[in-house]
Formats: sequence, structure tokens, C-alpha cells
Amino acid sequence: MTDRLATRFSKCRAEGRAALVTFVTAGDPTPGDSAAILDALVAGGADIVELGMPFTDPMADGPAIQLANLRSLAAGTKTSDILAIAVAFRQRHPDVPLIMMGYANPMIRRGADWFATEAVKAGVDGVICVDIPPEEDQELGPALRAAGLHLVRLATPTTDAARLPAVLHGASGFLYYVSVAGITGKQQAQQASIENAVGKLKAATDIPVAVGFGVRTPEQAAAIGRVADGVVVGSAIVDLVGSHGHQAAPFVQDYVASLRAALNTAETVA
Amino acid sequence: MTQASTTPLANSFRAQPDENGHFGQFGGRYVAETLMPLILDLDRHYRAAMADQAFHDEFDWLMKHYVGRPSPLYYAQRLTETLRESAPEGRGAQVWFKRDELNHTGAHKINNCIGQILLAKRMGKTRIIAETGAGQHGVATATVAARFGLPCVIYMGARDIERQQPNVFRMKLLGAEVVPVQSGAKTLKDAMNEALRDWVANVHDTFYIIGTAAGPHPYPELVREFQSVIGREAREQIQELAGRLPDLLVAAIGGGSNAIGLFHPFLDDADVAMLGIEAAGHGIETGEHAASLAGGTPGILHGNKTFLLQDADGQIAEAHSISAGLDYPGIGPEHSWLKDIGRVQYESVTDTEALDAFQLLCRTEGIIPALEPAHAIAAVARKARAMNRDQIILANLCGRGDKDIFTVADALGVAM
Repeated sequence: MTDRLATRFSKCRAEGRAALVTFVTAGDPTPGDSAAILDALVAGGADIVELGMPFTDPMADGPAIQLANLRSLAAGTKTSDILAIAVAFRQRHPDVPLIMMGYANPMIRRGADWFATEAVKAGVDGVICVDIPPEEDQELGPALRAAGLHLVRLATPTTDAARLPAVLHGASGFLYYVSVAGITGKQQAQQASIENAVGKLKAATDIPVAVGFGVRTPEQAAAIGRVADGVVVGSAIVDLVGSHGHQAAPFVQDYVASLRAALNTAETVA
Repeated sequence: MTQASTTPLANSFRAQPDENGHFGQFGGRYVAETLMPLILDLDRHYRAAMADQAFHDEFDWLMKHYVGRPSPLYYAQRLTETLRESAPEGRGAQVWFKRDELNHTGAHKINNCIGQILLAKRMGKTRIIAETGAGQHGVATATVAARFGLPCVIYMGARDIERQQPNVFRMKLLGAEVVPVQSGAKTLKDAMNEALRDWVANVHDTFYIIGTAAGPHPYPELVREFQSVIGREAREQIQELAGRLPDLLVAAIGGGSNAIGLFHPFLDDADVAMLGIEAAGHGIETGEHAASLAGGTPGILHGNKTFLLQDADGQIAEAHSISAGLDYPGIGPEHSWLKDIGRVQYESVTDTEALDAFQLLCRTEGIIPALEPAHAIAAVARKARAMNRDQIILANLCGRGDKDIFTVADALGVAM
């Protein structure tokens, strides 16, 4: 299997810019809307797509993504629908890295091996699981690695130097730096604290570092893109889906294009 | 894992969890990375507190002079005799109650809150948060926050706020801010989600007082430790008053903190049987219940692996019980383990059976129980009639029923 994530980060680096990582919740507002919204992310210039798996109890998420989870579940989204959305995405976009992101319980419900196998069959490249820290890696990590999937780990402002090696051990694809101690989509971190943290992380690992949580404007994305390998935007896109529903795709595309344009013109430090 | 054959480990049911918080396959620390360093920090402070006699002394002093412990152990003679009337010849066990409804604030919840606020103080935290369903844990948390002069925010589902106005007012009188939770089904599990969201955003100054023996390690262990005062007292009292250990312990289970508090000091007493009672709501077969062990499957929620009410995709189901304190789709991980290994038996009791038992205790003993222990009392009635007269059942009367009279009146069709 070609490593789509590594290929894409290399391509972005060659172009002298950070990768644009975009998140939407699968099946929001309905499973039938997901294809058009995912295509809009790619058309707008997203490099990497994170497909959120809706969960009844998204305790690390702020109001925007909580509501997206509720909309999707209310529309009847099942795990089988999410996998079907991924399969169809992979057929339309053979080269765009696709990450599944969500909470542990829906991922392990039928067994971690089942989930890993189905994710590979669906053309998924990696998995982010919010509530499986390194200490509980055995729950999902071995199954993902055996299937050839990346396990993308999260580092946060509370992850200190003593703890960082444990987080990096077994991490692959990229490291997701959660720039705010808090929930998704609320406050934004000070640029100086992000730069400081990214510097420490990049000194500790060779895998790319992407920064997310609270990134909303092209200016913020550009500022982060100067120091990080990737910029993650989620809640702001999910808000557009929330306000425009079935007609969200063109709004999503325009917004993502504005982020991408900002990244294109931002000069990277490296 | 290997162990030297010359040094066998003690064969004890009381040695769980392991250092990573696992009770067999259950328990653990399934939290976002942001919280992980805090959980580890809490674990360090908890172990240091346990090794510090001054911590135990302060806890014991507050238990005695503020909470009113030890709570009495009471032989329910009239209830025993009443049950014997409908039992086969020679049957009808003696029923004893651990009177934790006589504690300050009216339930066992305060034991845990005292322990946790002492930890918060020790850790230098300056702000307290908690979740609550019916409001009992919220009231107990607001109580200790007032006692220790710390600001306190209680998360409570908007639907529960409507149903539990007296407790909302109590919390406010005690100086707490009560935040209505509008997400999800607006009940206890959503309140717990919201408390976790607060905690993750206020990691530096905030202590989260979890109300039951669940959540990420070390919460199930430390809540058990603070609630085990129930079982330690009961074990001493029954030997003093009856001259021997009981034959059967009975306790109601939502998250399971009063039950584990009673059971744990007896786990290695091989002749003491134990029965945990889940809420069967309208009946397990209707799907409208809160019996995670009887009707659930293992999964991960709120930081631990345990039995959960969930669908085939791992989405969490809504629980139902007439008792708001049992109305939760999960259960503490140690109970999942004790069920798995067979040390404790678990059964369930419906809303209707609990209402009958509620009235039975009112009339035979002059005690209005909370709806939570009313579930345990229904099971006591069921078991006592099948046991011999010289046998002893010890049940935890973990809360008083003042808070429930409106719910009971409504269920009995009485307009108030």
C-alpha cells in the first residue's frame, strides 16, 4: 500500500507550505449529503480529510461538533454508512489521505480487528481515537498497526516533556497537536504558545506535526502554517454544514479555498 | 505475566485494580490526552494521601463530627416478622439495615465527597465541579464545597432540573452554581459529558468530584476507598450485635458506589454472599431499564471500560428508572469484574416492585427510604422468604426518601 499521508506531506513540503487538514462529521446532516461535502473539501484544496464518526457522547467536543454528531445520528447514520461513505470517497479520490476520527466505543464495538479490517477495505489511511491514550493502546493500536493503518496520536498543552515519549511511541502518520486545553471549536491559542509547542514537538519526532483546535480564519491558518507541517480545521466547517444543511457544499468549498489560499502564500519557516 | 512459584500472591478479591486501574478487562483510563496528565497527578496525590495518617485523621474527624458516623446498624424486627408471615414454615431471614440514610445530607454520597474535597485541598485546587442526576451528589458536593469555602459548579441535565427542583434549590442555597445541560438527552450522562468538558478546559485549578465508583482510574478505586467506611463499620457492628458475619449483603446499584462501599470489606469472607440490585425500570424485556449488567455489553464510556447499555454500533442508549439515582446506562467497572468472576450476584427490580418495597418499609419500620434503596429492599423481601430464620441479611439503606415523595405520589396517582 502506498503511504498516502507521507506522500501528501512530502508534496506539501516540496511546495513550501503546510498541509490543510479538514474535518467533517460523517452523515451530517444526512449520510446522503456526505459525498458532496467531502468533494467540496477536496475541491477547495484540502490535502487530508478527517471523517468524524458520530457518537452519542462526544465529551471532548464543543457545541459545533456535538450538534453535528446529533444531526448525523438523528438522520440514522450507522457504522456501515460511514464505511460506505469512505469506500465511495476512495473511489472518487484515489490519492487523498483519509483519516477516521472518533471515540473508542464505536470503533471497538465489533472488535478492534473488525474495525481495522473494515477501515482498510474502505481505503482509510489512519485513525484518530480521542479517548484511547497511550496507556490503553492495547485496545486499538495493535489491530490498527497489524492492518497497516496509521494511529495518529494527540499531544496537548498538558503533555509535558516527561510524557511526550510515551505519546510518540507507536504514533505514526502525523502528530496532532491540540493547541488548546479544552474542547473543539471554542477558544484559540496564542500564536506564541503554538510556536513554542510545535518547536518542542518537532525536536522530539520526525513525523509531521499538525496543529488544530480553534483554528477559524485564513489568517490564523497561515500563521500556524508557517511553523507547523499541517493545519487542522474542523468546527468552522461543521458550522457551515450546520447552517446550510443540504446546500452546504459550495459554502464549504469557498471557505476551504480561502484557507488553502492563505496557506499557499504563507512562507514556511522550514 | 509471571510470578515466582515460591511466593504465591495472596488469593484476594480485594487486591484490584492493578496499577493501571484495570479490574480484569474492565476499568482503565480512557480519556483525552489533555486529561491524562491530570489523572496521573490525581493518582500520585491519592496514593500519597493514603500513606499519610494526617489525611486519614482529618477524614475520620469529619466523618464523625460533620457527617454523623458511624451510622447505626439496625435490626428491622417488624419488617422481618412481616416477611415471615408470607414465608414458608421456618423461613424468613433476619433483616438488618446499615442506616446510611441518617448521614448529613441524607445519603451515602457525602462519604465520597468528603474524601474527594480533602484530596482537592491537598492538591491546591481552588474550584470544584461535579455532575448530578437526581441532585443528591450535587447537594453533597455543594455541601462540602461550602464547608471548605471553594466555588462550586454543578452540571445537571435540563430535564433533570425540571424534575428535581427542590434539590436544585438546595444546591443554590449552599452557594453552588447549577448549570443546565442542554446537550443529548439532557440527563445524567450528558451532565457527566459536560463536566468532563469543563474539566478539560480548566485543568489547572479545577477538581472534578465524580459521584460514583466509575470514570477513569483512579476514581473507581478512590470512591470505593471513601465509601468502604460503610462496609468496615457494618462488618464490625454485625459481629458485635449478632455475634457473626451476615449470610447475605444487599445493595442497590446505579453506578454502584454504595454497593461497592458495603461489599468491598467483605469480599474475602467466603461465607458472605452478595447481591447487587440494578433498576429494571418497566422491565428488562421492554428495553426501558437501567440494568447495564443484565441488559448491556462491555464498552467504553466516561473514561472506563464496563458494561453499558448500547446498540450494535456502540451508540449509548438512554437508561430508564423511576429512581433518578439509578438512571445511568453504565456501571462502575469493579461491579462488571465481580459479576464476571462470579463473586457477587446481580439481579434487578422493577419500578413497580421498588414502589411496593418503598411503602412496605414506610409502614413496617417508620422509615421512608429513597427510591434507590427501595430497590434493594424489594430484593431483600424476595430473598428473606427463601432463607432460614437464623440467617442474616444486611442491606444498605443508602438514602432517605424525602426527595422522592413527589415522584412516589405521582406514581401512586396522588395529587399534592
